[in-house]
Amino acid sequence: MASSSMDGSIPTMDEFEALLSTTDVELLKRAWRSEKASPEILRYDTDLVSRLTEQIQLMEETVEEKSTSGADPLSLSLYQMDLDRTLFLLRSYLRVRIQKIEKYMFHIRKTDELWNRLSKGEKDFTSRKGSSNLHAYAYRYYASLVFESNEFSCCRCIEDLKQHLEESVLSKLPENYQSVEKQSVISEEDDMVPEPRLDTFVLCRSKEYLSGIQLEDGPVDDRSKLFEMEPGVLYFICYKSIKPLVESGKIDLL
Amino acid sequence: MAGQSDAELSLFSAEELEFIAEDEIVDIVPNLKMGPLNFISGDFGPFIPQIVAQVPLWLAVALKKRGKCSICPPQWMSVDKLTQVLEAERNSQEMSEQLPFHYVEISRLLFDHAHDDIPDAYMVSIKMVLPCRIMPWGFFKCFALLSSVQVRSLIEDIRDVRFHKVETDLEAFNGRTIAVKIKNLSAMEVNIVRPFIGRALQAFYKHDSPELIPDPERVPDRRPQVVQNAPRRQLRR
Repeated sequence: MASSSMDGSIPTMDEFEALLSTTDVELLKRAWRSEKASPEILRYDTDLVSRLTEQIQLMEETVEEKSTSGADPLSLSLYQMDLDRTLFLLRSYLRVRIQKIEKYMFHIRKTDELWNRLSKGEKDFTSRKGSSNLHAYAYRYYASLVFESNEFSCCRCIEDLKQHLEESVLSKLPENYQSVEKQSVISEEDDMVPEPRLDTFVLCRSKEYLSGIQLEDGPVDDRSKLFEMEPGVLYFICYKSIKPLVESGKIDLL
Repeated sequence: MAGQSDAELSLFSAEELEFIAEDEIVDIVPNLKMGPLNFISGDFGPFIPQIVAQVPLWLAVALKKRGKCSICPPQWMSVDKLTQVLEAERNSQEMSEQLPFHYVEISRLLFDHAHDDIPDAYMVSIKMVLPCRIMPWGFFKCFALLSSVQVRSLIEDIRDVRFHKVETDLEAFNGRTIAVKIKNLSAMEVNIVRPFIGRALQAFYKHDSPELIPDPERVPDRRPQVVQNAPRRQLRR
């Protein structure tokens, strides 16, 4: 599905310099926008988040130090603003992911590809035992990520939800309809598991010239013809057909 | 526009778009002396009075609010340039590429916080402002002749013209549309049409897909149908 003409080329000097000057905040912003725009959960960038968490901690200490040593209140408040902006971005990023996990947890759990995209904390959040209050734990979970204290062991989303559904509804239904995953015992597959809709149309922008993108499974012949993307131009396109390009970071969603 | 109530489809709120736009770099003229600022988001400064410095918009606004600098409005925000852009927008169905991606947000932020730094943006008498708003399109040129047309109303007019074009373009959609190329549409404009375009395309896609076209030879059975690759019946919600 992906184009053959866009195999890994060696970055030019310009690209290299652009890479050097791109801050982690910029990278996180990109990840945040893509995550918000994508229907399914994307890969969690462990390195990026841990780098940023470190920087945030460092900055918090600096601000603390400055405020006690009576530094210039103006620059102090500016540092605080910068810190707040970064924290907002990080929290929002994690929150978007949690929302997706809460919505599609059964599907994510049984799809290895998606399961491997979660961070360790998110995996714990999805499967481990804990309290039944989802939101409290969701909050603790990203609090623990943001402040990097792993003492909050997170919860058992899936089990809790299952238990809740069973107790409140399923156990009262006729025998054949008691599965969380299936409509009835004769269903061939798990047709009661909410899945992200990959045929959602998303807005995207490519960084480079891409050709040979296949807009898949159209009924008419001209649908299967290959599609080209110019750099910097916005396209509305079916998420399914650009999925591998989003995953490889060639296309940004926005 | 349709679908504004659906939080899931519009994705980014106006505030979030503003947040993104606040990272755009602008020129400021500081009036204080301050050492360099080493932020997580990058290093800025040092600041020397009367020497132009480049900072992100949020920092410029923060300094401006405290009376520590004046913001140099970007070049595209001059009356001349905007009049040109408006002219170009009105003369062609194409979207002009002369405005930055975040022009709505940037101009809005500057109007809100750095009103006095924008040339000719000072409140022209009410008489001037009102007619611009209520006038039919054709008369605009008469007013452009008058020397101080507000930058603000120019930008509003550009927005209106552009948006009208987007709406006409939307009419060209049909069942064969599988991808839409959007040239030079700004962040805010795209965000407004996103719910509508997204849902329209999705509906086309869905009704066009072969799996959903009923096969007459197939004997209908009473089992719940599981359709591959197609949106499932949403029983759960």
